[in-house]
Amino acid sequence: MTTAAPTSTSTAAMIALDDEIDTTEGPAARRRRRRAENLDTRKINWWATGLIAVCSLTVLIPLYLAVVVSLKSPEELAGGTGFELPTTWDWANFAEAWERTNFPQAIANTAFITVGAVLLTLLSNSVVAYAIARNIHRPFFKGVFFYLLAALFIPFPIIMLPLVKQTSILGLDNQTGLIILYTVFGLSLNVFIYTAYIRSIPIELEEAARVDGASTWRVFWSVIFPLLAPMNATVGILTCVWAWNDFILPLVVLSDPAARTLPLAQYVFQGQFNTDYTVAFASYLMAMAPLLLIYVFAQRWVISGVMRGSIK
Amino acid sequence: MATTTLPEVTGRTSRKGVYDGAGSTRRKALGRALPAYYWMVVPAVVLFAFFHTLPVLVGVFFSFTNYAGYGTWDFIGVSNYVNLFQDDRALAAYGFSFGFAIVATILTNVIALVIALGLNAKIVGRNTFRGVYFVPYVLAILVVGYVFQFFFSNSLPKLLPSIPVLAENILSNPDWAWVAIVVLAVWQAAAFSIIIYLAGLQTIPGELYEAASLDGAGAWRQFSRITFPLISAFFTINMVLSLKGFLQVFDHVVALTNGGPGTATESITLLIYRGGFQGGEFAYQTANAVIFVIVITVVSLLQFRVLQRREADF
Repeated sequence: MTTAAPTSTSTAAMIALDDEIDTTEGPAARRRRRRAENLDTRKINWWATGLIAVCSLTVLIPLYLAVVVSLKSPEELAGGTGFELPTTWDWANFAEAWERTNFPQAIANTAFITVGAVLLTLLSNSVVAYAIARNIHRPFFKGVFFYLLAALFIPFPIIMLPLVKQTSILGLDNQTGLIILYTVFGLSLNVFIYTAYIRSIPIELEEAARVDGASTWRVFWSVIFPLLAPMNATVGILTCVWAWNDFILPLVVLSDPAARTLPLAQYVFQGQFNTDYTVAFASYLMAMAPLLLIYVFAQRWVISGVMRGSIK
Repeated sequence: MATTTLPEVTGRTSRKGVYDGAGSTRRKALGRALPAYYWMVVPAVVLFAFFHTLPVLVGVFFSFTNYAGYGTWDFIGVSNYVNLFQDDRALAAYGFSFGFAIVATILTNVIALVIALGLNAKIVGRNTFRGVYFVPYVLAILVVGYVFQFFFSNSLPKLLPSIPVLAENILSNPDWAWVAIVVLAVWQAAAFSIIIYLAGLQTIPGELYEAASLDGAGAWRQFSRITFPLISAFFTINMVLSLKGFLQVFDHVVALTNGGPGTATESITLLIYRGGFQGGEFAYQTANAVIFVIVITVVSLLQFRVLQRREADF
C-alpha cells in the first residue's frame, strides 16, 4: 500500500492489514507478512477447507451456467439442462447480442455515468466531510452531519415518484442527471465514512501549512486530500459498484432510449429475447464482464477497501 | 455504523478526539468558523435538500391529494391512508416483503457467519476463496437474476424432475416462488456480509482462543463465549442493514417473477413503482411510501435496540 494509514495501531492490526493489502508491498511488508504467517501456529484445518471449497461452488455455478449457455446453439440448449459443455462454440451469439442491445452505446453510457459519479463523489464528498469533521463542535456543522446521517433511514420508494417529476422538469432525465443524483445521494454514507477518518488526522499537519499562509482550500487539497487515499479508494469502490449495477434509478430517471445503461438494456431487451436464451446470456455476460474483470485483477484491493469502510 | 466501534478503535478515536478538541478550543476563541468551511458545506447541503428532502416533502404533500401523476388534483384528506389499510393488494405486498425479508435476513447472516468462520480458520487457498465469495457483490442483481431465472425455469425441472415443486418451474408456483427469490437474494447479499464478518473476526486476538483451549473450552464453547460476543456489534449492523435492504427488494423480483404469478411476489417497492408510474396512482402510492418509511424506520430502530440490548448482556 502506497499510503500508510496515519492511524496504524497495534501490531495485530498491522498484521491483519498486511494480510489484506499487498498489491504493491515492499520488502518490509512482505517480511512482516511472512512473520504473520508464522505467527499463525494453528494446524491447517482440512474440514474447514473442504466446507469452504464445496460452498464456493455455489458461487461459481451460476457463472459457469452463464458461460456455457451463451456459447450454445438454441437447438443444443433445448435438448439439455443447460449445464452441458457446448459441442461447438457459437460465438455468433455475442455478435448478435452486441447488435441487438446496442451494446457499444449502453456500455459507453454506463461507463460515462460511473466514471462521472466516482470522480464527482470523490472530489465533492471529501470536501464536505472535511469541513464537517473540523467543525463538528459547532451546532451548524453537527446539525448537517446528523441531517445527512438521518437520510440513510429514508427508503428510496418515497423519493422515487416526486424525484422523477423534478428531474424531468429540470431536464436532468439523462446521464448528467444520474451523475448528480449518485453524488448527492452518496453524501450520507460517504460523509460518515470520511469524517471518522479525517478526525484521526492530527490537526498539527494543517496548522503548519496555515502558518505558511495556505488558505483552507489549499490546506485541504494539498495536505488532507492526499492523506485520504485509503478512504478515497473505499468510497470510489462503493460508488463504482453502485453506479455500474444500479437498476432502479436509471429505470425511473432516464427517458431517452439512447441513454440506457447496461442493466436497463438487459431489462428492456428481456421481452425481445423471449426464449432466445443463448443470445440473452451472451448479452448478460457482456454486461457483467467489465466489473468482473476489474475485480479479478484488483481483488485484494477491492476487498480491503470495502472492509476498511465497514470498520468504523 | 458508528456503533460497530470496537474497544480498541474507540480508544483511538477518543484519544484523537480529545486532541482535536484542544485544537478546536483554540479556534473557538476566534469565534465563528472560517467562511471557507461554510462554502465547502452549504452548496452540498442545498443540493441534498433539493434532490432528497424536497421529494420526500412533496411526496408527503401529494399523499393527501388524489393526484394521478398528470392533470388536476384536489385535497382528499387522509382517505388514501384509510384506503391503503383496506387494500388487499397493498397488504399482500407488505406480507410478501416482510416474509421474504425476515427469511432472507436470517439465512444470509447464518450462512455468511459460517463462511466467514471457515475463511478465518487456517485453510488452504484462503485468499483465493475469499476472492471467490466476494464475486456476487460486483455483479448486477438484475442481470444475475436473469441467469437464476433460466436456472429455475429451465434447468431445475430437468435436473430434479422427482421433486414436485421444482419439477414444474417453481417461479410459476404462487406458493413457492418466493423461495426462489430468497435463494437469489441470499446468494448475492452473503458476499457483503461475509466481508463484514471477516473484518470483525480479524479484530479478535488469537491469544484469547489459546487461553480458552488451555482451559479446555471446545469449539462450540469458544464460538459462543468468545467469537460471537466479540463480533456482536458486526452482527447487529449486518442484521439491521440486511433487513432494511431486503424490505425494499425490487431488482430480484423484477428479474425472477416480475411480481407474479398474479401478484404473489409483488414487493412494496414494485407495487409503488407500478401503481405510481403505470397505474395512475401517484398520490395513492406516495401515501403507501409514507407508510413504508414509517414502517422501515420503526422496524430498524426496534431491531437495533433489541440487538444492542442483547449485545450488552454478554
